[in-house]
Amino acid sequence: MQLYLPIADIPINVFLILAMGAAVGFVSGMFGIGGGFLLTPLLIFIGISPAVAVASVSTHIAASSLSGALSYWRKRSIDLTLALVLLGGSILGTVLGVWLFTYLRTLGQLDLVIALSYVVLLSGVGAAMFYEGMRAIARARRGGNPTLRRPGSHSWIHGLPLKMRFKRSKIYLSVIPVNVIGLLIGFIGAIMGVGGSFILIPLLIYLLRVPTSTVIGTSMALTLVTMVIATVLHAVTNHQVDAVLALILMVGGVTGAQFGARAGQRIRGEQLRLLLGLLIFAVGVRFAVELAIRPEELYTIREAGGGG
Amino acid sequence: MSWLRLAIVGIALSLGCIASSDRACAERLIVSVSNHRVTVTSSYAGEELVLFGSVERDGNATAQDGYDLVVTVSGPRADMVTRRKERRFGIWVNADSRQFLDVPAYLAISSNRPIDRIAPPDVRRRQQLGLDNVLLTQRVGTDYADVVASDPFRSAFVRLRADHGLYREATSAVTFLTPTLFRTGIPLPAEVPIGTYNVDIQLFSNGALVTRTQTAFEVVKVGFEQFIANTARHHGLAYGLATAMMALLTGWMASIVFRRD
Repeated sequence: MQLYLPIADIPINVFLILAMGAAVGFVSGMFGIGGGFLLTPLLIFIGISPAVAVASVSTHIAASSLSGALSYWRKRSIDLTLALVLLGGSILGTVLGVWLFTYLRTLGQLDLVIALSYVVLLSGVGAAMFYEGMRAIARARRGGNPTLRRPGSHSWIHGLPLKMRFKRSKIYLSVIPVNVIGLLIGFIGAIMGVGGSFILIPLLIYLLRVPTSTVIGTSMALTLVTMVIATVLHAVTNHQVDAVLALILMVGGVTGAQFGARAGQRIRGEQLRLLLGLLIFAVGVRFAVELAIRPEELYTIREAGGGG
Repeated sequence: MSWLRLAIVGIALSLGCIASSDRACAERLIVSVSNHRVTVTSSYAGEELVLFGSVERDGNATAQDGYDLVVTVSGPRADMVTRRKERRFGIWVNADSRQFLDVPAYLAISSNRPIDRIAPPDVRRRQQLGLDNVLLTQRVGTDYADVVASDPFRSAFVRLRADHGLYREATSAVTFLTPTLFRTGIPLPAEVPIGTYNVDIQLFSNGALVTRTQTAFEVVKVGFEQFIANTARHHGLAYGLATAMMALLTGWMASIVFRRD
């Protein structure tokens, strides 16, 4: 069934978009991530301009993270204080990101920056997660104790001032690194059209030692707010949010996420991390290859001052 | 699509005949497009218009060896940037770029036979016949100029537009049903630019322009499509808030529908 998208200005196959939303939703439900880093490239691949793809995916992630966050809320595994402090930095980061996004579009280097950020972040985070997953599995094989919380192994981060207590996560921490991480995630999210939880979750776990019980719920709550803000900002500054595209993605995404979450419960944590690491790394490598080999088409056309 | 079902909305009469001395106003063109208002709705996936017309001759007409016809359809104009990737520091990045000023977003040139056999080069250039001769103004540094057809940026621009069905040159698309009655198709692609389209019909005989006429049609978004596009463009904040609300509602409904605890 063909449907003409009012903002993207091209007709698309509704079932294809639904299927893409469902497939990415499955992955995101399984790993507890937004899945924007998979969905945005897929949309660009089927001919939607990067600007529309990034902006509309933010809307999609807002929807999927709300449904996720609500279920974590019921399980009381969202640390609201931590989410709010992260949010403070994240709002600033999102505003900066949308501003840079608009500026890069006028320069004609938006595609390059999106591609480069994908390469650097995805292959880096993917490789790190893969490595960590391998080690965890090896540790489990040896019969060791696979604890993530190592009390006493405090880094310099725990020596920073302005400390406050995050009750639900049971940590006592300076607000400075929390704010900085929030800013980074907001910034990256706005530029890449991703929620950023695939970066946020590792940072929270390994850098701030947030317990795994609250980390996913908190990251979803944060993603929800930043993506709502990103949607509104993209709509105001770039006019590139396609509500129809976003709605189709959402319907597919939230459905797929339910099945993904069920599948995810049957896989062990470290294997899950290994798989996710591999997936993220593969997407990063794909972008790297695209930048490194000579493209088939050297020329591109963009409407000046519009169209992405 | 059937062009018969469409009412003939208007008939463009040619009054502007060429004031050449020997064959003044010997011919005039009467043309009509099958649809003067193409509506882009949610089910739009491309459309083909039909242009038909006839050559009216009075007693002075002398063209014994037949007519040639060139139909140029040009869509709404916009500034466009063509960029070329180059290898820098081991990766392929956009390096050089050219800005094309006020060029048609859609351009279709149809004729009844190859344009180089219809008119000699000077006429082709003067009348902008064919993709090679249409004026595509570029900004090169501080200069404004069109360049030769073989310019890499110009040819890449034309080729990319053609790949999307936005530029086309079809040298056998005009059919003469009788020596004076003709028709041609105007295929509009799925990614059709919204706006006003001018149709320029030029009649040639023995390599010289005999007469020409113009007509137009418009491509508009209607109903829901128009509403969304207009709101997004003119009421960005309201649109963004409404879209965000829609996202929240969808997420909330999903959490109720799929609730497992």
